[in-house]
Amino acid sequence: MLTLTQEQIGTICKHAETEYPSECCGAMLGRFDNGICTVCEVLPISNQREEAAKYHRFLITSQEFLQCEKQARKQNLEVVGFYHSHPDHPAKPSQYDLEHSLPVYSYLIVSVQQGKSDKMTSWILQNDRSQFNEEEIK
Amino acid sequence: MITIQLPTALRTFTDGQADLQFEALTVEAALCQLTEQFADLQRHLFDDNGKLRSFVNVYLNDEDVRSFDGVNTSLKDGDVLMLIPAIAGGRETPRT
Ligand SMILES: [Zn+2]
Repeated sequence: MLTLTQEQIGTICKHAETEYPSECCGAMLGRFDNGICTVCEVLPISNQREEAAKYHRFLITSQEFLQCEKQARKQNLEVVGFYHSHPDHPAKPSQYDLEHSLPVYSYLIVSVQQGKSDKMTSWILQNDRSQFNEEEIK
Repeated sequence: MITIQLPTALRTFTDGQADLQFEALTVEAALCQLTEQFADLQRHLFDDNGKLRSFVNVYLNDEDVRSFDGVNTSLKDGDVLMLIPAIAGGRETPRT
């Protein structure tokens, strides 16, 4: 289960709408505790894919990831997951998402329909990499 | 002795250990020892052809090993390797 405040959900939705029709992305810092992942901070990150691919792809470079790890450690938190948007597509992970994901992290997807944030879902990669399992958002 | 540091997602496969130590002369040898000891890490670091996954980056003392000699980069005592993924994804793209 992934827990976010209304304010954090608002930050993600707003980021998704600002970047539309491109995909937005970002990291979530927080804590894992007994199967519950609590988000303490949402970090919007600039999509590093080339302009022409941004409508269906996002990239957080390892340099950005390194900065997130460092910030998390400083605040005694962990990188607990990432979010991205699916412009005019359902909030379901794609085959591309599956191939580029790591287990443990929460992958939050927000669907943006005609510029308005719509459904939000969150997924965790199965350890054998065969599929994503949906988790509850609270 | 060199140290490999792992991000949160990969510690699940090393019994929670974040820092691991090995005797290795190259980056490749160090990664081999890591995946030999923790076989479940293999599929997250390497693709089916045994090549390092494109989104997995190896940093040697805070520098990407691609700016040296890639996995053939030689290591010396006290070096620190960090495995840092890039995070990528996107929506389903219709076939053309
Ligand atoms: Zn996606």
